Amino acid sequence: MSTLEIRDLHVSVETKEGAKPILRGVDLTIKSGETHAIMGPNGSGKSTLASALAGHPKYEVTSGTVTLDGEDVLEMSVDERARAGLFLAMQYPVEVPGVSVANFLRTAKTAIDGEAPALRHWGKEVKGAMENLRIDSSFAERSVNEGFSGGEKKRHEILQMELFKPRFAILDETDSGLDVDALRVVSEGVNRAKETTDVGVLLITHYTRILRYIKPDFVHVFVDGKIAEEGGPELAERLEDEGYDRFLTAGATA
Amino acid sequence: MTLTTDHTRATADGTHSHGVVPAGSRAERKTSFDLADIPVPSGREEEWRFSPVARIQPLFSEQLGSDGVAVTVEAAPEVKVETLARGDERLGRAGKPGDRTAVAAWNAVAEATAVTIPAEAVASDVTSVRIDGVSKDATAAHLVVTAERHSEAVVVIDHRGEALLNQTVELVVEDGAHLTVVSVQDWADGAVHASSHRAAIGRDAKLKHVVVTFGGDVVRVTPDATFTAEGGEVEMVGLYFADADQHQEHRLFVDHAVPRCKSRVTYKGALQGASAHTVWVGDVLIQAEAEGTDTYELNRNLVLTDGARADSVPNLEIETGEIDGAGHASATGRFDDEQLFYLMARGIPEIDARRLVVRGFFAELIQDIGVASVQDRLLASIEAELEKSMSVITGVAPDAE
Ligand SMILES: Nc1ncnc2c1ncn2[C@@H]1O[C@H](COP(=O)(O)OP(=O)(O)O)[C@@H](O)[C@H]1O
Ligand SMILES: [Mg+2]
Repeated sequence: MSTLEIRDLHVSVETKEGAKPILRGVDLTIKSGETHAIMGPNGSGKSTLASALAGHPKYEVTSGTVTLDGEDVLEMSVDERARAGLFLAMQYPVEVPGVSVANFLRTAKTAIDGEAPALRHWGKEVKGAMENLRIDSSFAERSVNEGFSGGEKKRHEILQMELFKPRFAILDETDSGLDVDALRVVSEGVNRAKETTDVGVLLITHYTRILRYIKPDFVHVFVDGKIAEEGGPELAERLEDEGYDRFLTAGATA
Repeated sequence: MTLTTDHTRATADGTHSHGVVPAGSRAERKTSFDLADIPVPSGREEEWRFSPVARIQPLFSEQLGSDGVAVTVEAAPEVKVETLARGDERLGRAGKPGDRTAVAAWNAVAEATAVTIPAEAVASDVTSVRIDGVSKDATAAHLVVTAERHSEAVVVIDHRGEALLNQTVELVVEDGAHLTVVSVQDWADGAVHASSHRAAIGRDAKLKHVVVTFGGDVVRVTPDATFTAEGGEVEMVGLYFADADQHQEHRLFVDHAVPRCKSRVTYKGALQGASAHTVWVGDVLIQAEAEGTDTYELNRNLVLTDGARADSVPNLEIETGEIDGAGHASATGRFDDEQLFYLMARGIPEIDARRLVVRGFFAELIQDIGVASVQDRLLASIEAELEKSMSVITGVAPDAE
């Protein structure tokens, strides 16, 4: 059982005009096996939270703490965080020309596990995971994310989640831009990972649609850089009916 | 006809200069076998404006010796190797010198090394020409490779050691011949090398011309390719990696003088260290009579550390509207931090992530070279270069070489 604990997190983003505060005191605790949905309007800071947790250099933590089983995550470099068990499925996965998916997956797996995976077994595992996610085997030889469609990029992110077996996975709008079939395939992948590895999931989304496939234990509404309301799955249903307007007006008059 | 100028990937960061209008058309540039026609440059001339002329000065001289390099040829069994005396009619068939070093080299040599692939012969092995620097006396050398009609061969020219070398490489690709020439500049630190490659490509002939530059103080290679009959094809591939204080310049000229020929130019370079300087100039001229021309040229530079400078100037002159395609792209970028972040967010340490990205940058180009021994060596050389920059990043002094 692991715990990822975020306390009073304040984050600024580096802009041309100087540091711009985005997160204004986020509190969140996620345990192994739990799925937390973070829902909020565009621009509310959801990706900023995801990037700050992964250690993106553009985002500066100005106060607060993040710990993983008591270990200070903010002290860790980006790669150390990943090796400690954090995984970020990015909203906009980056193209890496000339680096094949097969080579990338093997290199990352080796780094995360601290040793090279047994060749035969790894080959089978990758092949099986790709089949499950309906990723054509030819993708193994293609450059990472280069020329992938939006849906293919997202499936490639979930492929990594399944193969790397993180303790906590942050999925940043993995659902956006997916058609219904792709959404189902991707959700099945996340659910497989949940069943087989007891991963804790932070599911960031703008829409409630994906929550029909991936059941959240907790729902947090994110507005203006912090959590405005929390509840169980029923909160998502309310948002489905009412949208974010209620929170936005409240924010404006506060 | 399509005319494209693809700048979508250009991430200009001040090191990128583009579309500078040359002083006059390439068609009007003086070419001559006569020294008196092309004087010693001041450095302000269009073709010398990026070059450290002071460091190249010894090679402008009329007085160049012949003892600075040792030339060794290991030929495939089908291939003929001879020494030709100055004035032999087999010399000078691939066009005239186009700048001062080229004309000085032409006039200074006493004899030339000739590598000939006889008509219809298919070489069963790579022919290797080793040029070893043995002293720092300014030296001229001349190599002519003739692929007679319908022959096929791969020739690798390998430069090592220290030398002040002013060189002519003539490539005569006769009708229907397929010639691959790879020139590797793997010089030791102090070498200064000017090299005029001049290629004439016959009817339905194909030249694959590969230039690889790693070592040396100053290396300036000027490949000129001219089509002499219809149906010719040239593929020009270049890879360079410049370290602190190195100057590596590649100036290409493709002259589409006749109809229905095809040219593809792809040069990629990486730079690291203070005052590393690379220059790529790609001149393509499509003459009025060259209908049905198909050409595309691309140059990309990856700047790995501060203080390095890449100049990139593609230049396309089109004198006819009846072409199949003509385009160019040029981009110079710094190391992409988002790529690094993505790889590191998958647990890959920074050093390994950088290696992956740089290897990836060159990967396709190396595949394109298609000569296995050269590819393996290139991968090893890139690895060695990366060791140097990684030690900059990690703060560990590089091993003395
Ligand atoms: N790199 C950046 N430069 C400038 N502003 C940024 C940057 N990243 C995020 N922001 C700003 O921070 C706010 C939150 O953005 P983001 O975290 O992407 O929100 P969300 O993911 O909820 O849509 C927005 O106002 C956005 O414009
Ligand atoms: Mg977002």
